[in-house]
Amino acid sequence: MASTAAAVPFWRAAGMTYISYSNICASLVRGCLKEPHRSEAVAREKVHFTVSKWADGKPEKPSVRSDSPEE
Amino acid sequence: PPTPSSIPSKLTINFVLPYQSEISNKEVCALRPSPADLSESRLEFWQMGVLPGHVATIAELKPGLLSVHEGSEVTKYFVSSGFAFVHANSITDIVAVEAVPVDHIDPSLVQKGLADFTQKLNSATTDFEKAEAQIGIDVHSALNAALSG
Repeated sequence: MASTAAAVPFWRAAGMTYISYSNICASLVRGCLKEPHRSEAVAREKVHFTVSKWADGKPEKPSVRSDSPEE
Repeated sequence: PPTPSSIPSKLTINFVLPYQSEISNKEVCALRPSPADLSESRLEFWQMGVLPGHVATIAELKPGLLSVHEGSEVTKYFVSSGFAFVHANSITDIVAVEAVPVDHIDPSLVQKGLADFTQKLNSATTDFEKAEAQIGIDVHSALNAALSG
């Protein structure tokens, strides 16, 4: 597969991590599904999290973020 | 895990996804008495076959087809990416972020995706964009091949 012992995959050479690569692959595959599987899969991709910045050892007001999949 | 003294006749697979356990502890493939049959007990990752007694391996799976052969039944999954671990006692663990049965894939969306990403590769400027477009092309080509293969 690789010519040199330390060859890197193209996505890592471009600055992407494996987890980003894996998530991109997964969302592309989900995007190619037939209904109803597609809507189930898209629902799986939704991420809901809160972010709090810390100052002086105390958490400030958290901001709730909800990311839906890109594209 | 300990290596057994004799090669087991079946491969035990665990196939897990983040949201469900697709196959757990399934014993795959009884050994049929006819010796000419090579196709039993096979787990194929796109360019690799695993039979009972396979050497312990860690493999990174590229987007592609995973077919599980159980006797004469074959179940095909398209795996978006993941890892496969074959242990010395012929237990195989497969982990993937997404895996779909091949008949859940819509061919027209695959063609459209392939065309879109080929075009994106041509218009990409930064390395990162090029990498993303290349990933798109790789995944859609693999989907395409899985549909026809």
